[in-house]
Amino acid sequence: MFETISNFVAAFLTLSIFSFLYKDNPFYKFAEALLVGVSMGYAIPLVYENVFLPYVYSPIFLSHKFIIIIPALLGSLYMFRFSKNLGWLARYPIVFGLSIVGMSVPMSIHSSVLVQMRSAMLPIDGINTALIFIGTITILLYFFFSKAHKGIYGKVTNVGIWFMMIGFGASFGYTVMARVSLLIGRIQFLLGDWLGLVK
Amino acid sequence: MKRQIPLIIIITMGFMFVAHSFIPHKVSADFFDWFQDWVKAVSPFAVSLGIMSLFMVHGTKIKRKVPNWQYSVITLSGLIFTALAGFIWGTHVGTPYMWLFENVQMPMSATMFALLAFYIASAAYKAFRARSAEATVLLIAAVIVMLGQVPLGAMISKWIPEASTWILNVPNLAAKRAIMIGVGLGITATSLKILLGIERTYLGGGD
Repeated sequence: MFETISNFVAAFLTLSIFSFLYKDNPFYKFAEALLVGVSMGYAIPLVYENVFLPYVYSPIFLSHKFIIIIPALLGSLYMFRFSKNLGWLARYPIVFGLSIVGMSVPMSIHSSVLVQMRSAMLPIDGINTALIFIGTITILLYFFFSKAHKGIYGKVTNVGIWFMMIGFGASFGYTVMARVSLLIGRIQFLLGDWLGLVK
Repeated sequence: MKRQIPLIIIITMGFMFVAHSFIPHKVSADFFDWFQDWVKAVSPFAVSLGIMSLFMVHGTKIKRKVPNWQYSVITLSGLIFTALAGFIWGTHVGTPYMWLFENVQMPMSATMFALLAFYIASAAYKAFRARSAEATVLLIAAVIVMLGQVPLGAMISKWIPEASTWILNVPNLAAKRAIMIGVGLGITATSLKILLGIERTYLGGGD
């Protein structure tokens, strides 16, 4: 009985969201509003249990590491973000967390640029490695806007566009497959778990 | 001074982090451990900012009785009820909190993403109608990759899974690599702008 009620609730909410395919309607708006609230409500106890208790409460009250009171007070300054007069206080926790960008300079250069460049500079021993090399160079040239994309340079950058379109197509195909997989999951739930038509 | 002191903090600490990346010394490692402990203690309070923001936005809608304000009541009720369920009965399997996750949150979010399957199909049709060579190449690549992932592709032709693998491993790799290099340079440039105090939008408006 309990499982039937649970399935009915899940099915009603699933159909409420699918009703948007017809047009925007009160059932969809209801489900959308509920999703926002429940998602936020779901995150609060998780953050409390997995972040606040182990990293704020336990160090201060159980391990007596009273120095942690300072970052806790720093974090509480976030609350002033909406104050007209004291809103500037919220800048302190923001800049404290954002200072990690210092590490992202060497890290992004290493992982996203140098490692990728090293992988692109392998010996060209076949048609595929040649195509990968040409594709990488032409796309990078396409994103170089200091020179007008005209003449031979324009033709070269055009090759880059074609490579990018194939890449976007592959990503598009993967995204469609992921979404269709979710759709199949919901239809299986409606026809199987809820209505019992599919075993 | 309300802007200068935060700027001094981020520039000083930012360059200390740059140094930390290059200096594998105990002092440097201790500095990073200290930062991690402190930033973890700061971060849960950022969630309270999100909660406050949600309450302010929807509270104002309810107070002013703007059109469709009733949905704001549902949002806030859902938030309060789910959070209370987690605090009162715990977050383990079998509690009302997990029931809400399994029968309310999860089905709705999965359906929301499943809806995109229809809109993606509609976008593909619009791209096909554009009749440009680039859009056609994109669609052909997408169709081959899609068919290559399901048994239907191999049933149509044994070349489709192979073509799909080739697209993913050759032109797609070149595109992803070039975009990755561009993104890496973008992250570096933005990080440097923050470090040097050129980018200041994160400080917000006001004095």
